[in-house]
Amino acid sequence: MGKRVGMEVAIAAAEAVALCNIDVAAVYPITPQSHIAEHMADIIHDGRIDAEFITVESEHSAISACAGASAAGARAYTATSSQGLMLMHEILPIVSAMRLPVCMANANRAVSGPLNIWNDHTDIMPQRDSGWISLFVENGQEAIDLSIMSFKIAEDPEVMLPCVVNIDGFQLTHMIEPLELPSQAEVAKFLPPRKAFAQLHPDNPISMGCFAMPDTYTETVKAKEVALRGAKKVVTRVFGEWAKRFGRKYGVVETYRAKDADTLMLTMGSMGETAATAVDEMRKAGRKVGLVKLRLWRPLPVEELKAAVQGCKTLIVMDRAISTGGAGGPVATDVKSILYGEKKKPRVLNVIAGLGGRDLTVGDFVAMFDLAKKKKDETFELYGVRE
Amino acid sequence: MNQVQNFEIFAPKLVDRKEYFSAGHRACQGCGEVLALRHILKALGDDVVVANATGCMEIISSGYPQSAWEIPYVHVAFENAAAVGSGVEAALKALRRKGRIADRYVKTIAVAGDGGTCDIGLQALSGAMERGHDMIFFCLDNEAYMNTGIQRSSATPFMAATTTSPAGHAIPGQRTQKKNVPEIMVAHKVPYVATACPSYPLDLINKVKKAAAVKGPAYVHVFSMCPTGWRCASEITIKMGRLVVETGVFPLYEVENGKYRLTMEVPEKLRPVGDYLKPQGRFRHLTPSDIEMIQEHVNREWEILMNKVECIQPW
Amino acid sequence: MAKKKTEQQKWPETWQELNPGCMVFAAGNAANYKTGSWKSQRPLWDNAKCIKCGICYIFCPEGCIQETQEGFYEANLDYCKGCGICAHECWPGAIVMREEEE
Repeated sequence: MGKRVGMEVAIAAAEAVALCNIDVAAVYPITPQSHIAEHMADIIHDGRIDAEFITVESEHSAISACAGASAAGARAYTATSSQGLMLMHEILPIVSAMRLPVCMANANRAVSGPLNIWNDHTDIMPQRDSGWISLFVENGQEAIDLSIMSFKIAEDPEVMLPCVVNIDGFQLTHMIEPLELPSQAEVAKFLPPRKAFAQLHPDNPISMGCFAMPDTYTETVKAKEVALRGAKKVVTRVFGEWAKRFGRKYGVVETYRAKDADTLMLTMGSMGETAATAVDEMRKAGRKVGLVKLRLWRPLPVEELKAAVQGCKTLIVMDRAISTGGAGGPVATDVKSILYGEKKKPRVLNVIAGLGGRDLTVGDFVAMFDLAKKKKDETFELYGVRE
Repeated sequence: MNQVQNFEIFAPKLVDRKEYFSAGHRACQGCGEVLALRHILKALGDDVVVANATGCMEIISSGYPQSAWEIPYVHVAFENAAAVGSGVEAALKALRRKGRIADRYVKTIAVAGDGGTCDIGLQALSGAMERGHDMIFFCLDNEAYMNTGIQRSSATPFMAATTTSPAGHAIPGQRTQKKNVPEIMVAHKVPYVATACPSYPLDLINKVKKAAAVKGPAYVHVFSMCPTGWRCASEITIKMGRLVVETGVFPLYEVENGKYRLTMEVPEKLRPVGDYLKPQGRFRHLTPSDIEMIQEHVNREWEILMNKVECIQPW
Repeated sequence: MAKKKTEQQKWPETWQELNPGCMVFAAGNAANYKTGSWKSQRPLWDNAKCIKCGICYIFCPEGCIQETQEGFYEANLDYCKGCGICAHECWPGAIVMREEEE
């Protein structure tokens, strides 16, 4: 067991990536990711790691440079938020279609308009269908652990897909927490240098990024779908290996005091910790409540999620994003979708809250459980909006 | 008819006989752009990785499951050839340094059309050149977005008809002059900037080799004759490439560390621009006074270039 | 993993037959597609006039003009698209374009 030191989570994430023998980092700054970019720059400019640092001129070029680097066999990394992620949007499905294991940290931030630099999940939701593996962390230790694991998952020969680790902007990236960084030796044993399935080099010329006619495109979609779904198995395996080596256990879906709960709440990201405190309070008061924490967002862990939520009477699904003009929040829409055909399923209440950095306190979560007791089924509840 | 200099008769014997771009590609009959690409790759040899933007050369060469590229090739999107190339260059550098690939120099090049260079690709190009990546950027300029059906670009010449700048009754073709991207590259302090044309293959090959010798950014703007888009016969492709140079519309020059040098014989008098415009359907709506206007502009630009050749000192 | 040009001739039928990421491992296998069917005219060399300069070889966009054993030139009709550049550029006039019969 290592020593825990007080560290800002963004700095810790950069330090974790620095342990991973990356070859190329291409980053463009954006609040609240900038501390990750800046610390990466510090590490490389001080010569602490041997990697190329490309200070690209936009996020579109950041992901493009990472794609090029990954295609040439390098372990490539980038980080962004919000508008930057939106600017990358065009390229994200190309990176996954080309099976390039680029890893990225996303400091979740609200998407314009209006401009808002604070935390919610509206930036990652439009990237749902991009074919990337998408993980959410709750605290700084998870940010470190999953940042390191993301390379191993992405580069696994059965996966070969890019991976994004979502770290709530400001709410988590700018918090100082007691964190433990594994040693370089430990990480090197866990994560050897990248061995690419295929790479650009004249010793073996190949063509990457070829186009597909209508008679082929559908088959490429199937291939990508199968690959992404198959990644869940690898995520679970890597989590298991991490637990053995470092003692910290992770699951694609985790539960907290859910066993005999009649009302469960599903969360993603840092709000899970606040919700857990609310659950403790309510349990003390005798209420049968619990939490389900979704760690793996894509590929959606359908079986594990169903198993975790089927048993309760009422399920509150927390969303920090909305599908404007649609059927509510993205997480709730997915959850309702997978429960649709089930004989045994809970009543689902979709609560959309914490948008644009609006704080969610323990009291708020208790209020949401209260709401679930009274409320009839509606498409969604936009919690806290001043009418 | 005697356009070919004596040395060019024997020089084909000196050209690398290996083909780096296989026949079976789907370029139009008489495509000047693929001819330029063929010679660029001959000049560079095997130890090259190419990052290509969406465009004519990408589409005619890389329809899955076939590829015409005999060298390592990557295509990502339309506007990011320079950014993808930056990533490739950085990766090759890092991997060689860390001993994960062979310890020998491999050149990164980025190839894009005028769309992927002058318009949608300009930001990535500027960024890559400013950062100083060891990469040659080739603009294969056929003067419009040809691959998507002949829409105008900022490299489309004044008054040329394209589908988005048609020769209409109110507005006769392209309203603006060709954007001077080589000049933008010189402003970025790119150590080697050149214009080239496949009708002058040895000049093109020499320039590619000079660009390759730079351990840093280099830019070559290659005029690419397009009989399909310009509405002229496919067999006069090479002749059109000569006319564009002899009329001074596309002068052949290079800028080494800021010093301008013409790489063509300075003619006593430039050939009249009408000789170049008349065989092309995209200019058939031009009146004699239009051609006079264009001639004045060409003369002015030529003078400006001559001044630079004479006066500007290297950095 | 180097594959020869002649491999990968079968167009993929099922999704499992696709290379990951639509990568093409057989560099230059576009040569399996014979563009010669595009032409409506073909170049014919008169070796009596040919001075073996190689300009036709230089200016062919397909790169399909090949040197014969005696040092003359001929087009590989499997790929020749009949653009006519070689005939137009040949300055001794040794190449003529002839209409395809069928």
